[in-house]
Amino acid sequence: MSLTRKDVEGIAHLARLEISEAQLPVYVESLSKILSFVEQLNAAQTTGVEPMAHPLAGEAQRLRPDEVTEQDQHVKYQANAVSVAAGLYVVPKVIE
Amino acid sequence: MSLHTLSVAELVTGLAAKKFSAVELTEHFLARIGLMNEALNAYITVTPERALADARRADAARSAGQAVLLTGLPLAHKDIFCTDGVRTTCGSKMLGEFVAPYDATIVERLQAAGTVTLGKTNMDEFAMGSSNETSYFGPVRNPWDLAKVPGGSSGGSAAAVAARLAPVATGTDTGGSIRQPAALVGISGIKPTYGRVSRYGMIAFASSLDQAGVMAASAADCAYLLQAMAGFDPRDSTSVNAPVPNYVAELTTPLQGLRIGVVREFFGPGLETATGALVQAAIEQYRALGATIVDVSCPNLPLSVPTYYVVAPAECSSNLSRFDGVRFGYRCQEPRDLMDLYKRSRGEGFGDEVKRRIMTGTYVLSAGYYDAYYLQAQKVRNLISAEFKHAFTQADLLIGPTSPTTAFDIGSKVDDPITMYLNDIYTIGANLAGLPAMSIPCGFSQNLPVGLQLLGPHFSESRILSAAHGYQSVTDFHQRVPAAYV
Repeated sequence: MSLTRKDVEGIAHLARLEISEAQLPVYVESLSKILSFVEQLNAAQTTGVEPMAHPLAGEAQRLRPDEVTEQDQHVKYQANAVSVAAGLYVVPKVIE
Repeated sequence: MSLHTLSVAELVTGLAAKKFSAVELTEHFLARIGLMNEALNAYITVTPERALADARRADAARSAGQAVLLTGLPLAHKDIFCTDGVRTTCGSKMLGEFVAPYDATIVERLQAAGTVTLGKTNMDEFAMGSSNETSYFGPVRNPWDLAKVPGGSSGGSAAAVAARLAPVATGTDTGGSIRQPAALVGISGIKPTYGRVSRYGMIAFASSLDQAGVMAASAADCAYLLQAMAGFDPRDSTSVNAPVPNYVAELTTPLQGLRIGVVREFFGPGLETATGALVQAAIEQYRALGATIVDVSCPNLPLSVPTYYVVAPAECSSNLSRFDGVRFGYRCQEPRDLMDLYKRSRGEGFGDEVKRRIMTGTYVLSAGYYDAYYLQAQKVRNLISAEFKHAFTQADLLIGPTSPTTAFDIGSKVDDPITMYLNDIYTIGANLAGLPAMSIPCGFSQNLPVGLQLLGPHFSESRILSAAHGYQSVTDFHQRVPAAYV
């Protein structure tokens, strides 16, 4: 698989990553190489094979009782945010 | 007596007999870190005040008759584990100023077991790398040769233990990140079964592959640490509720009658001749110790690297979407609007390899490509897993090299992602199948350590540790320390 510059710009947009003009060709090349490399998977015979999402297949996802287990620590957690006001995260205006 | 060359058993016994105090022991390691860390760059953050406070608390507990398994034992944590009140960077500019607001479960458990935290070790950014060169905080150097990489992603923990700047350290392994660096610096490292050790508070890379483990000089040392770390945690939804064996007591389980399978695919092209020869010699050593050696085959194992480079980036692209520049982590200067804030915060906050993996993952999960890449990779993952399962009907443990080569030069592979990815050709299989696996030193090639890998079925950590311990009872490679750090 050979990606174009436009492909990579599209992927970067989906991934919400700003990629500089200088870096774009580098990613075009390395991502194309990686996709070509993983294409050898197509040679594997997988007809009738179930996809495996979890290494301990058969383990049922555990549920917990619907009880409050956490205390409100928003002040401590928000200490890591760049911009907070009145307990809210501040971002640029979304609706004009 | 040099405190830094003692085993965990000797340290614990020495502390109990009051031959030395936890404060003396901690001061000894802090002094070594002060002298030697600058050249190695093994630690991102050293926490001397906290370490000494921990040590004083340990000594007080000992005096009060309240000592537990590891009271007073110093250790280092990979900087991927959240430590309450201490900077937790994950090797990234994105979290360069992040102070974790809580402790990871394993940090909490090791504290409850009495350990003293010396600091946080360097790593590839978000654990994505096999050489520790993707760290925002600079590469770690291999104590055996400062021009070489220590492996990755747990390269800081590996170098710290190899240079005896910590008796033991924690690590994480998504595709070989404990075992490959352990091999390249000549120490022992175990990746437990998926679900054996809690992932709560361990910054996620690829959630179906990530597992926490231990790096130490010997298998016996690993057993002590794993004992304190393993077990059910309700805060990790994939934690398995199964009893934890007594790893330390079971170390001396005899090797007589153990069936060890030599995996044919581990000895294909790409394996350095000298490395292969040392691994073969180790297999003969196991035969001499009473094990039965059998030949096994996992024909799809060579597909583990391409499988991993679809599955892991897919999961990483999803996990790393939490870094949005809003709630925590790096935010760009003067964003024009919300989209600009997201894109520039992530573009500036993540390094090249992380961005490469996020984009690979985004692509293989995108409309029109999901079936061809992601679904196919998950099917091959199932094939590989089934082949391991079959191999374990013929053998109790599997054996092979950990890494195809010894430590390589810093800078020699950074520009070629595929060559770098192939370092993990022997280690990734265990992650895909969720198996426990361990690397132990089995010799030297041109003065650089070579690692031997042991793999077992799910929850066979005790069998792996005792097999490694049996080998280490008749060899001394695990006791070798690089000349500058004796």
